[in-house]
Amino acid sequence: MNFFEFLQQNWSELLALTREHIFLVFVSTALAVLIGVPLGILLTRRKSLQTPILGVANILQTVPSLALFGLLIPIPFVGGIGAKTAIIALTLYSFLPVIRNTVTGISGVDKKVKEAAMAMGMTDWQILKMVELPLALPVMLTGIRVAVVIAVGVATIAAAVGAGGLGTYIFRGLRQNDNNLLLAGALSSAILALVADFALGQIEKIYSLPNIKNKTSRQRRKFVLIGATALILILFGLSFWQNSNNPATNFADKIRVGSKDFTESLILAEILAQMLEKKNVQVERQFELGGNLAHDALLSNQIDVYPEYTGTAYTAILKLSPITDTDAVYQQTKGQYAEKFDLTISPPLGFSNDFAILIRGDVARKNNLKTISEAVPLSNNWQAGFGQDFMSRADGYAGFSKAYNFNFTKQPREMDLSLTYRALASSQVDLIAGNSTDGLISALDLFQLADDKRYFPPYQAVFIARGDKFELLSETFERLNNQISTEEMRRLNYTVDADKRAPKDAASDWLEQKGF
Amino acid sequence: MTESSETIVEFRHVNFQIGAVKILDDLNLQTNKGEILILLGESGCGKTTTLKLINRLIEPSSGEVLVEGKLTTDWNLINLRRRIGYVLQEAGLFPHFTIEENVALVPNLENWEDAKRRARTTEMLELVGLNPQKFADRFPHELSGGQRQRVGVARALAANPDLLLLDEPFGALDAITRTSLQKEFAKLVRELKKTAVFVTHDLHEAFVLGTRIALMDKGRIVLNDTPKNFVKSELPLARAYLETVRRYEFF
Repeated sequence: MNFFEFLQQNWSELLALTREHIFLVFVSTALAVLIGVPLGILLTRRKSLQTPILGVANILQTVPSLALFGLLIPIPFVGGIGAKTAIIALTLYSFLPVIRNTVTGISGVDKKVKEAAMAMGMTDWQILKMVELPLALPVMLTGIRVAVVIAVGVATIAAAVGAGGLGTYIFRGLRQNDNNLLLAGALSSAILALVADFALGQIEKIYSLPNIKNKTSRQRRKFVLIGATALILILFGLSFWQNSNNPATNFADKIRVGSKDFTESLILAEILAQMLEKKNVQVERQFELGGNLAHDALLSNQIDVYPEYTGTAYTAILKLSPITDTDAVYQQTKGQYAEKFDLTISPPLGFSNDFAILIRGDVARKNNLKTISEAVPLSNNWQAGFGQDFMSRADGYAGFSKAYNFNFTKQPREMDLSLTYRALASSQVDLIAGNSTDGLISALDLFQLADDKRYFPPYQAVFIARGDKFELLSETFERLNNQISTEEMRRLNYTVDADKRAPKDAASDWLEQKGF
Repeated sequence: MTESSETIVEFRHVNFQIGAVKILDDLNLQTNKGEILILLGESGCGKTTTLKLINRLIEPSSGEVLVEGKLTTDWNLINLRRRIGYVLQEAGLFPHFTIEENVALVPNLENWEDAKRRARTTEMLELVGLNPQKFADRFPHELSGGQRQRVGVARALAANPDLLLLDEPFGALDAITRTSLQKEFAKLVRELKKTAVFVTHDLHEAFVLGTRIALMDKGRIVLNDTPKNFVKSELPLARAYLETVRRYEFF
């Protein structure tokens, strides 16, 4: 499928995502202006506050965006997942240019003009309204323009906290190895940034001093001002209307299903969601949460249930040192989750998504490699490539290379997990640590070396649910007990990653097959 | 009328300092109705500070400043400023206002009726020698420096104040424009019977305009007399100023 066919088939979804994106940028910029401009004005009146407040705004902008989103999740009222968190994070990012340019603009007004205004007997409010703000407006508009362009870029990250927007396509594209998705997401947000930059640049021009010569352009300025204000109010009103229609409140008979940001998690979440819907349970989907956001969202009561792996819960969340006994991991995780977090764990779904040490199929065949140990003697000059997760976790690279006595002469390359498969297939790297159920393994002719020393802990798939929702879910959990084999999961992943079927279609096909 | 009611501006033992730096040192000064008082001195002598104390752009560190017999701090600040005309160097016009809007500023703040305000603006522009039809709708940056300064004077006079404060209004203009504006202004103020306090460092200007010259040095008034008596003064600083004028006459 080429890019234009892709656009033809997906234009309505792309349009919806673009609309979400614009909404996020618009509301956050409007908030930044509503708070930032008065704050900037205050700073011109209380100069001693300038250093601390601009300093804080400066620091806020240097916080990596994903980290800021992550930090906000557990905070009550402002945090959580969805558009609200994204808007707050984007607003924080937009503060600096708005506040700074308000201060610069007002401080830049000619001292003689300000002195004249005072001497003519204008009140402080009149000086601000009639002299300082009109003269500072072009500089302030530049600040708003910068804020909007930054927000368009940062808003792509918002998809990681389930806020939607064009980032959804970018993340999905990375995950599914799909250039069309990637291009559609990236191109659209780039175009959006350019259009916003151009349009705001035009407004800025209308308000700049050399342009206020004649009365007609003054009328135009008034018109633009009224129009922009009306647009802001309408969009603001719409946003509240949308929010009140879609309350993220915790109804007793409603289940909020979350998922992590990779295909398998999405499919499992869809399977659960559709089974619940067939039982007439109201379901709200909060999918594609990056990193450990799903766990944080569960703890802060933003979602009720999401698919997880026992090994991940055991090592990454409970921070216990890895063990290899499948049952022990399951039982200990279950016990500690109940005790520490009041979270319950479903029976195992059947398959495990273990770490899979992968090499190219042709290399495996040529050297007749079957196990990791057999590959060690050949691996000195290999370039390894691992996801950030694998590089940092306790049971990841450090322990693994020690256990098998690997001695890579080249430093392993750290990259996004979804990119490692493609890097391996195209010989950019020679060995990666993937997921054993990944559909790309057979699609890209990769070979999984057996873990002959049984180093990796087991990663049984389970659902984790809030204690207070377990009753509503337990029947469904029981029906899914041991129902999905590794083969089936690999096939499901493949239909989504390689055949480009939507996760929800893959899930409903599977449910039909199973007769659920 | 009693004598005190004729005193428009009065300084009583006024000190003004920023941190440890004394700008004004026990200043005493009085201006009567109809006088044009010149504050003459070099940069940093405190003459602009003295001017700004009158419309309370700043307040004294100690001592009293009275306008029309009432302490400036007892006046309503906004009312005080609106009844005093203020002209500053390079006019300080609002660049985003038309000439008409600039001149009509105080009448607008005082909510004058449209017709009255319009008539007054036209009258003021004519008074300072600018054709209202030609200039009313222009913006300050479309005018020459001299024209802008005329607008500055028109703006100061628009609400018909009895007292005018002028801070080197003609200082940035070229010599020919300056001379003609000085003459016109002198005539204007005398005809309108205004009281004015005029800051300058140019003795020639002081002679053309002033009915009284207060010579300032290091925050004090060292001489306060009519132009006629100023010429006779033996004070070294006064002699030095007179040198500047005599040198012109010599050529």
